[in-house]
Amino acid sequence: MSATATEVPMLHVQVDGEWKQFPKGTRLIEACMKSGQFVPHYCYHPKLSSPGNCRMCLVEMGMPKMTPDRKPVLGEDGKPEIGWSPRPVISCATEISEGMGVRTSSPLVEECRKGVMEFLLINHPLDCPICDQAGECRLQEFSVEYGKGESRFVEEKVKKPKRQDIGPRIVLDDERCIMCSRCIRFMQEVAKDDVLGFVNRGSHTTLTVYPGKSLDSNYSLNTVDICPVGALTSKDFRFSMRVWFLRETKTIDVNCGTGANILIGSRENVIHRITPRENDFVNSCWIPDNHRLNFHYVNSAERLKDPAVRGEESPVKWPRAIQAAADQLRKNPGATALIASARLTNEELFLAKRLASALGSELFDVLPRPQKGDGFLISQDGNPNTSGAKLLGLATGRLAEIAAGVSTGKIKTLLVLGEEATDCGISAADLEKLDSLVVTGILPDQTTARATVLLPAASWAEKRGTMINIKGRIQRLNRAVSSPGQARDDWEILRDLIQAVGGSNGIYTIEEVFKQLAAETPALAGLSLGKIGDLGVDLKMTKSE
Amino acid sequence: MTAQPFVMPPPHPKERRIIFENISQPGYDPSIDTFIKHGGYESLKKALTMKPVEIIDAVKASNLRGRGGAGFPCGVKWSFIKHDDGKPHYIVVNGDESEPGTFKDRYILHYDPHQLIEGLVISAYATNTHLSYIYIRCEFPEAAGIVWNAIEEAKARGFVGKNILGSGFDCDIYVHQGAGAYICGEETSLLESLEGKRPYPRIKPPYFPAVLGLYMKPTIVNNVETICHVKHILRLGPEEYAKMGTPGDGGTRTMCVSGDVVKPGFYELPAGAVTLGELIFDICGGLKPGRKLKAVIPGGSSAKVLRAEEIFKVKVKGADGQMVDKEIKMLDVVMDAATLGSVGSMIGSAGVIVMDDTREMVWALNNLNQFYAHESCGQCTPCREGSLWMSKITTRMLDGGGQGADPKTLQNVADNIAGRTVCAFGEACAWPTQSFLAKFPEEFEAVAAEK
Amino acid sequence: MTATTAADPKAATTRQADQVTPEFEAAIDEIVTHYPVSKRSASLPLLHYWQNTFGSVDDSGIEWIAARLELQPINIYELVTFYPWFRREAAGKTIIRVCRTLACAMAGSYEVKEKFCSAVGLDPLAEHHGFGEAPPTSADGKFSVEFVECLASCGSAPVALINNTLHEKITPESIPGIVGQYQ
Repeated sequence: MSATATEVPMLHVQVDGEWKQFPKGTRLIEACMKSGQFVPHYCYHPKLSSPGNCRMCLVEMGMPKMTPDRKPVLGEDGKPEIGWSPRPVISCATEISEGMGVRTSSPLVEECRKGVMEFLLINHPLDCPICDQAGECRLQEFSVEYGKGESRFVEEKVKKPKRQDIGPRIVLDDERCIMCSRCIRFMQEVAKDDVLGFVNRGSHTTLTVYPGKSLDSNYSLNTVDICPVGALTSKDFRFSMRVWFLRETKTIDVNCGTGANILIGSRENVIHRITPRENDFVNSCWIPDNHRLNFHYVNSAERLKDPAVRGEESPVKWPRAIQAAADQLRKNPGATALIASARLTNEELFLAKRLASALGSELFDVLPRPQKGDGFLISQDGNPNTSGAKLLGLATGRLAEIAAGVSTGKIKTLLVLGEEATDCGISAADLEKLDSLVVTGILPDQTTARATVLLPAASWAEKRGTMINIKGRIQRLNRAVSSPGQARDDWEILRDLIQAVGGSNGIYTIEEVFKQLAAETPALAGLSLGKIGDLGVDLKMTKSE
Repeated sequence: MTAQPFVMPPPHPKERRIIFENISQPGYDPSIDTFIKHGGYESLKKALTMKPVEIIDAVKASNLRGRGGAGFPCGVKWSFIKHDDGKPHYIVVNGDESEPGTFKDRYILHYDPHQLIEGLVISAYATNTHLSYIYIRCEFPEAAGIVWNAIEEAKARGFVGKNILGSGFDCDIYVHQGAGAYICGEETSLLESLEGKRPYPRIKPPYFPAVLGLYMKPTIVNNVETICHVKHILRLGPEEYAKMGTPGDGGTRTMCVSGDVVKPGFYELPAGAVTLGELIFDICGGLKPGRKLKAVIPGGSSAKVLRAEEIFKVKVKGADGQMVDKEIKMLDVVMDAATLGSVGSMIGSAGVIVMDDTREMVWALNNLNQFYAHESCGQCTPCREGSLWMSKITTRMLDGGGQGADPKTLQNVADNIAGRTVCAFGEACAWPTQSFLAKFPEEFEAVAAEK
Repeated sequence: MTATTAADPKAATTRQADQVTPEFEAAIDEIVTHYPVSKRSASLPLLHYWQNTFGSVDDSGIEWIAARLELQPINIYELVTFYPWFRREAAGKTIIRVCRTLACAMAGSYEVKEKFCSAVGLDPLAEHHGFGEAPPTSADGKFSVEFVECLASCGSAPVALINNTLHEKITPESIPGIVGQYQ
């Protein structure tokens, strides 16, 4: 602990009769939640300002009774007695103070919730059966939990616009909107693109974008995530799958060096959507739209499914493919180079390096992907694991040398792991000059088309492993779906190749790979996949790394 | 740009005109010369010789309560502002007069704008404020012009602007016009409106204007009439001023009487000087011939309605100083903050709406329900949804579609609004329904059962 | 302060922002000086000035004001649709705003509004909510009639605000005469 860190005083708060301690500055709703008392809410979001407009989080609040000389009155149990306020308060905008009491399920509180639920439902349309939010709708959930269970509203409902195309990726249904303003606040406070607003007033208040403008921010789909009802829905996901069928897998985004934490929603080996997963060290609760939507290729019918060896009848079996690859890789010692990818996991890069040394090749590199970045969650590095490639010594800066070698014929054997070689300065014609071109990949491209041995691999959503983001945080990938056809995990392919070229003993699990990796890499000392956990760990990496 | 000629009737013997003293004078016009001829800006001169804290103490001692509706003690409000906190302070005068039944500020703004400006500069000096806004509802377009003009006149004479009367104190004043929203009368909504945002009331805590007001700086929001009283507290002295009223409610109050009386209008009376009966029968000439009193809304449309034959049990101070129970008839209710509070209503903005026996209570409530449904800002759930729901129920009842459960539903909807909203509008829209149902249940039952 | 002036018949087809003059801009600049702390505060005054000049605030006006105050158009659009005083389309040359609320209603304002409507040839039952829409307007463009909530003149009910002028204690009989003043 640094000596300058100021200590936050702990305050005593009585939550449903039990005294607890929380740091000063805690919002009352958070104190309740931390005590295991769920407080239903709509407008409150931990990452946004508190407008206090939905009134769902009303609780009973009290302050310690004071004697005339400002000392707390103690009860029989020696604890301060609380003078309860007759009016309920919103717990989202109330900060805790010493001796505060809160009741989260008293008759008054339950009455308040019932009232608010009824108000929210009277003008809400009855299209739940076809609503995409079904299954994760807060209105439905709280209605079951806290509602009256019957309707006495016999008036005509307020009519508002439905199915409006308000942006390239979003559809708005205003009748479903409960005016919690989360989306407006997100666009103002986080995305910094003030295009959403309320028009008209009273019960006719309507969420809208300015005529002629569009909710086209690259963060627009986060509004869909935080919309507690089905007012904002994603065009990409609309009517694709009922959410209760989705299996959620915790993993990370691989579209750039940020490594935003995400959930993959899949069913029966098909990915249906990606949503952000909260990690305050990395991406808070948000991800960019173009990253979250960049998964359809994983489901593609074009995926490489079978190993292939040039001149042999396809498909070949894995043992044959590995043998052929090993034979070719060994053929030209001294004229062999390796292009790895900073999109591979640490485990894969670690094994790639081992393979290189087993082949006696010192000529290897990864393809850098510098990009503009957006100053928020899209980093200036288009690779998700440049830090890992650097840490493991794969990023050598020798890519041009490799390209020149292929061109001049100095390099006769090239192993390409998950990259398009033509992006690395090697022309398609030069690739043809190679004696051997061993390639791992997931989709057909110019490199796989020219492979002498093609080894179909797993996409990022199909494998486990770790990556280190641009800020030096090591995080885990997890398998959401299995690879198509015979395609295999890259680390297994690499392990088999190492064995086949006469290398090391067998490794049977990804955990073992990581164990060996950690043993050989000081920055990872003491870590295991389990210790990295769902949220990752900051590595103490030196500047040169 | 002149307002229509306005002649105030001679005062009733019970009246004590302070705020409306000038306006009562024949030939009085809003020019600065006329104002000065009638002793204008003398209180400001006196104020500039005092320490700001002395002025605040005087206002405290005067027992002046806000005249906008909430009735908060004015001096206490001012003392929340720390004179030397190094922050800018603001005063915003609430001239959004929009509580149905209230029509006093209209006359001050149109006919005696310098009275307001003088009071405002004194208030600014007392609270170390250098920038003030007078928020005037847009439905007073002429008043806005008149007040602008008055500010220019006062500036030219050194009462407003830089180095006021050589004292070294600066204060700029600007007029800001509303655009037709009752909610802007709520002080934090008014500040949002003045900041150019949708006028959604702020949550309290933490946004108390005296702490986080206009531009998140300490701010005083006072009603037009309240600010005018400040001038007279200095002129008369706080003791003399306080003596006019009751112990907790000093000075005069302008009572606005409308509805079914012979002489509707506004009457400036010492606080607590008259009963409701005296106000209606002696001062306003009683009801129209052949009519009987049925109901009174005593403090603006949000105040709970009183029924003519009601008898209230209240606690009053007996001769020996002990509190004793007493029964009072509705007409004997004294028009001050404490008494109206004790009978379950409020003095509010002192807008008294009188209804005689020709009035149907479902109809009257529906009129108010439509008002609140139209004026709800829509920010928070209970008011946004509840105000329109109540209005739809009473409208349907009047259209012959009443259902037996309607009174009960109305009651419960109102109960689910009051006390659960961001701002006091929740109470404002629930109280009429709650009180009309409580006081006139038989009329609601009858209309609900009608086919 | 000038009130609503005649709606420019061209306004429907031309962008109001194209008609901004240097004098207009100078007046706007002066208004903005009233708000030394935050330009955004000038939103309402600028909307008033715009509507007083052009008769309504079209989308070009919303965008012009937003740009002048360094805001997004949605910020101004939110206001134009909240406050019933503003409208995005032209209204009649004379706008008759009859008070609807309790004291005036007790004094006959519903009949008064009906009579105003029939005197200028409007359907007395036409609904109007505001939200940026102009109130019902007579075919010749001379009159708009609408109900408004309490005008704070309950002691002289029923009342109507006609352009800038308050008319008090209106009787049904007096209405043709009042309308005549504005023909």
